[in-house]
Amino acid sequence: MQPLLSQACWDTLYMVGWSTLIAVVGGLPLGVLLVLTDRGGLLQNTVANKVIGQIVNVARSMPFIILMVALMGFTRSVTGTTIGREAAIVPLAIGAIPFFARLVETAVREVDGGLVEAVQSMGGNTWTIVRKVLVPESLPSLISSTTTTIVALIGYSAMAGTVGAGGLGDIAIRYGYQRFETELMWITVAILAVVISLIQFAGDLAARSLHRRGGRSGPGPRLRFLRAAPAPETETV
Amino acid sequence: MITTTGLTKVYRSRGRDVTALDGVDLHVREGEVFGVIGQSGAGKSSLIRCVNLLERPTAGTVTVDGLDLTALAGRGPRAGRELRRARSRIGMVFQHFNLLSSRTVQDNVELPLEILGHSGADRSRKALELLDLVGLADKAKSYPAQLSGGQKQRVGIARALAGDPKVLLSDEATSALDPETTRSILRLLRDLNRQLGLTVLLITHEMDVVKSVCDSAALMENGRIVESGTVGELLATPGSELAAALFPVGGAASGDDRTVLDVTFQGEAATQPVISQLSRTYNIDISILGAAIDTVGGLQVGRMRIELPGRYEDNVVPVGFLREQGLQIDLVGQEPALVKEGAK
Repeated sequence: MQPLLSQACWDTLYMVGWSTLIAVVGGLPLGVLLVLTDRGGLLQNTVANKVIGQIVNVARSMPFIILMVALMGFTRSVTGTTIGREAAIVPLAIGAIPFFARLVETAVREVDGGLVEAVQSMGGNTWTIVRKVLVPESLPSLISSTTTTIVALIGYSAMAGTVGAGGLGDIAIRYGYQRFETELMWITVAILAVVISLIQFAGDLAARSLHRRGGRSGPGPRLRFLRAAPAPETETV
Repeated sequence: MITTTGLTKVYRSRGRDVTALDGVDLHVREGEVFGVIGQSGAGKSSLIRCVNLLERPTAGTVTVDGLDLTALAGRGPRAGRELRRARSRIGMVFQHFNLLSSRTVQDNVELPLEILGHSGADRSRKALELLDLVGLADKAKSYPAQLSGGQKQRVGIARALAGDPKVLLSDEATSALDPETTRSILRLLRDLNRQLGLTVLLITHEMDVVKSVCDSAALMENGRIVESGTVGELLATPGSELAAALFPVGGAASGDDRTVLDVTFQGEAATQPVISQLSRTYNIDISILGAAIDTVGGLQVGRMRIELPGRYEDNVVPVGFLREQGLQIDLVGQEPALVKEGAK
């Protein structure tokens, strides 16, 4: 039972780790672009904004299991297979990019417009503003967004079992639900709870330590946990 | 140093045109502190933001240090390389400081130098030098959130000076500060103006700011400059609203049948015993309703509000006498409209 669980644990972390990385790399520029191209933005472009926004909306509201099936052709062309951990990373990442992009958009929008103006008055261009103002100033929020994305991805990854990718969610469904091995299911649930708590805790700690150098003390980790945790659950359905 | 001609800015909101600037001609001489004062919505903010083209004027030109910025701006909505370079030579300080909370004080001051592409050692030397200049050398490693409002604005000023600008724009820089801190920041601006020969254009809604630091001032109303000139010129202008607001004297007429005059003394005239001469020569009783002597823009000025018996028609001769003595006489028919203070 133990090797089964440790393998599942590893599979989950592997899939979630890679897909988070890709989601951040892809979602960050997309989210920033959503802000920049918006009305009154530095790169105001209504058409581009509408197009990106629409793509993000559609991709985000797509149930993950359908996304996974729909993307099979694409997955095969990227990884050469539609089965296994690597194959699951593709739909996971693609599902998480728009999710993260929206969170980035919200975080970046919070940055005070006065700061942008200040850097403009110094002669900074748009790229300078993105690098020196928008991203660093929203970093605590971006870290919280990453935490939220990781937690959401752990939820998505439970469905990756359907393409033989394994993972904790797969164990819970196959052994717990289909074979009535309730004990194993509860162990899986416990492991998931611990993993999610740890990630949330680490993320809050990182965000808070960044906040603190500004002298402000952000909301405590427990408070954050209560607020941040319910959000991903609605996404996993 | 800064010249605007026919500067016009029209905002379009929900199909309606709102004119924020309506043909503003402004001339700021090199090395002076120029204050633009007006109520909220008078267009001051639009004006100062048009000077470095943060706001694109709808029409008109802006020239700073001989460079026509409106020509550099081109037609596109984004600032090209040349305009950005010109902006880096114009410092700007803001009402809400606009410091990056993620950077230390020193890193904030280094930011303009990073944009200009200076090397690391060069940047930190310059930043520490500037922090020393504004009296914050010991706060280099602090974060903005650990500073008081006045200290934040000093950092803002140090940052604005990093690119060795000839011109400093101040957008309500003291409006978020308490009176004591306001005075110290204004003193700093004044010192910088003298030490570095910096030309300062500041906008404010506080008359005290103009009174304590400005060499010249302009009054804005509804997107137009209503009055403008050096403080001395303004005080010498009969009926100047700005002068009356800069240097108010109180006191209302004691009855309908009275003539109330504001007498302004400048320099030499202040030493002559004109009031007693007036009283003796025309044998009239004069009541003094209010009087003050003050320094406005480095100028010693006295102003007195006096009341003569009888209507203005009865007092044409005494008033002529006072004018002959080189005094500036304003008839107080109705109270001059003071520039009201209004939060931004």
